[in-house]
Amino acid sequence: MAWFRKERKKLVPQRRELNPELWLKCDGCAEILYRAKVRENHNVCPKCGFHFRIGVDGYTALLLDHGFEVVTDACLGSVDPLGFVDSKPYPERLEAAARRSGHPEAVVTGEGHIDGIRVAFGVMDFEFIGGSMGSVVGEKIARLAERARERRLPLVIVSASGGARMMEGVLSLMQMAKTAAAIARLHQARLPYVSILTNPTTGGVTASFAMLGDVVIAEPGVLIGFAGPRVIEQTIKQELPEGFQRAEFLLEHGMVDLIVARPQMKTTLARLLHHMADGCDPSG
Amino acid sequence: MVSAQPLEFERSIAELERQIERLRQLAAGRGLDLSAEIRDLEKKLEGLREETYRELTPIERVQVARHPQRPYTLDYIARAFQDFIELHGDRGFRDDPAVVGGWARLDGRTVMVLGQQKGRNIKENLLRNFGMAHPEGYRKALRLMRLAEKFRRPVITLIDTPGAYPGIGAEERGIAEAIARNLLVMAILETPIVSVIIGEGGSGGALGIALADRVLMFENAMYSVISPEGCASILFRETTPEATARAAASLKLTAPDLHELGVVDEILAEPPGGAHRDWDAATQTLREAAAHHLDELSHMPIDELLETRYAKYRRMGSWTEVEA
Repeated sequence: MAWFRKERKKLVPQRRELNPELWLKCDGCAEILYRAKVRENHNVCPKCGFHFRIGVDGYTALLLDHGFEVVTDACLGSVDPLGFVDSKPYPERLEAAARRSGHPEAVVTGEGHIDGIRVAFGVMDFEFIGGSMGSVVGEKIARLAERARERRLPLVIVSASGGARMMEGVLSLMQMAKTAAAIARLHQARLPYVSILTNPTTGGVTASFAMLGDVVIAEPGVLIGFAGPRVIEQTIKQELPEGFQRAEFLLEHGMVDLIVARPQMKTTLARLLHHMADGCDPSG
Repeated sequence: MVSAQPLEFERSIAELERQIERLRQLAAGRGLDLSAEIRDLEKKLEGLREETYRELTPIERVQVARHPQRPYTLDYIARAFQDFIELHGDRGFRDDPAVVGGWARLDGRTVMVLGQQKGRNIKENLLRNFGMAHPEGYRKALRLMRLAEKFRRPVITLIDTPGAYPGIGAEERGIAEAIARNLLVMAILETPIVSVIIGEGGSGGALGIALADRVLMFENAMYSVISPEGCASILFRETTPEATARAAASLKLTAPDLHELGVVDEILAEPPGGAHRDWDAATQTLREAAAHHLDELSHMPIDELLETRYAKYRRMGSWTEVEA
């Protein structure tokens, strides 16, 4: 009704432009935080404890004494076995992901030390196609577990994944079987495996190596599950309970051993490894 | 058998079936001899069926794989096996009717047979949850497989599920852990395992009981990391039938594709017009193939069996390796 229409000036909130290099907004409590402070606090919000994503380099710095001393299987590259095209061809997606994440695939594997204990170590990269598990991720995890077995090293894997990589079809599904088989042999060899779940860990990664740790640790508040919350909501046509599929929910239901905040992660990991791994490696 | 629910691409087949049926009724009602005409039409029908089924597109195969008259796990168990004793429960939470299993005899040998069970009507599906298992279903399967291992009896698993159930209870009780645990144990289970994809092989929910020495797949079954509908909606951001058909083709989820990718060891031929047309023929195919593979596997020493199984899954996938 044109008679009643009133020309109104749009309200423009007066916002101070903050330099994003210095400041960031917390995804947990919306507080504006000084970046340096957050960094000092292991990229955890000092106000609400929200854990910012720190990626491969962040976890390497957080957990390994001297970083990766050996990086393994960096030469493994994904191919396009199905000739898969969605909004763009899979090879282009791979290239873009490598550029964006700075890593050749969604997991980096190798060896390093944690509190003086030599470990086989893997970190997933959520920035690389959602940390999805395709053939290369599966193969690298399997080789890492085999390396741990051959060299009698404890295994530590930091997971972050949206699940299987759809663009590799059923071959990505088979990586669940492959990684679980390699972990099975590690268990048979009586070597410890600690699995650390970070935000988010879902789908085929959760339903294979990530849930198969002798000890499973989750960071606080992270999403962990098999089906994504949206899929569940669509299936059951009801709202999901508060805190559903969060680390605390899994702890309560007996699905993880511990929730450990980032500042305590390394010391906790070291204590666990000393309990389980002392004497694993004949060379010390 | 006249199909009560013809699929879209079967319309001309269904039309011909109706014609034949009408002629039969006419002949019977009026005492006419129309046998020559009926024979002609039946021959035409047979030809049409073969022709249609020879060139099914991936999405048509998906429809056949999900056909409500396709034989389900218990239908195969009732026909291909003898002396079946169903065992229930995971000993932890409850009995999940979406997974059935127990001791049975296949051509004289005792086996542990288990699989996902779909329902054919509302009442059955309320019970069977459309063949979508909860964690306790996978844990029951695991218990039965360990039982088989204890007595060195082979395991046969029949796969037919849209997927593991995505629900609150399933997540609370650790559906991911249940599937992961099954994979871990099946990888080193000290007895032969043969899996047969009989209908729908839906993602991790299917794989959770399908890590096997031999994986067989019916010609019109499907096996995929995600449903074509899910793939279309997530990757193509479309839910049209065209997008779903495109997703089905892209995912390479048919038996011939998976055989080529090394995921499936043998394709089991279906009777003309699909397994739902002739349960007995499909059953016989399954029985013979399973028996044949069990014979081969039973001659292998356990160490060799496990080595071969491990190597099989270690090979799976596709990647390049360039020395840096």
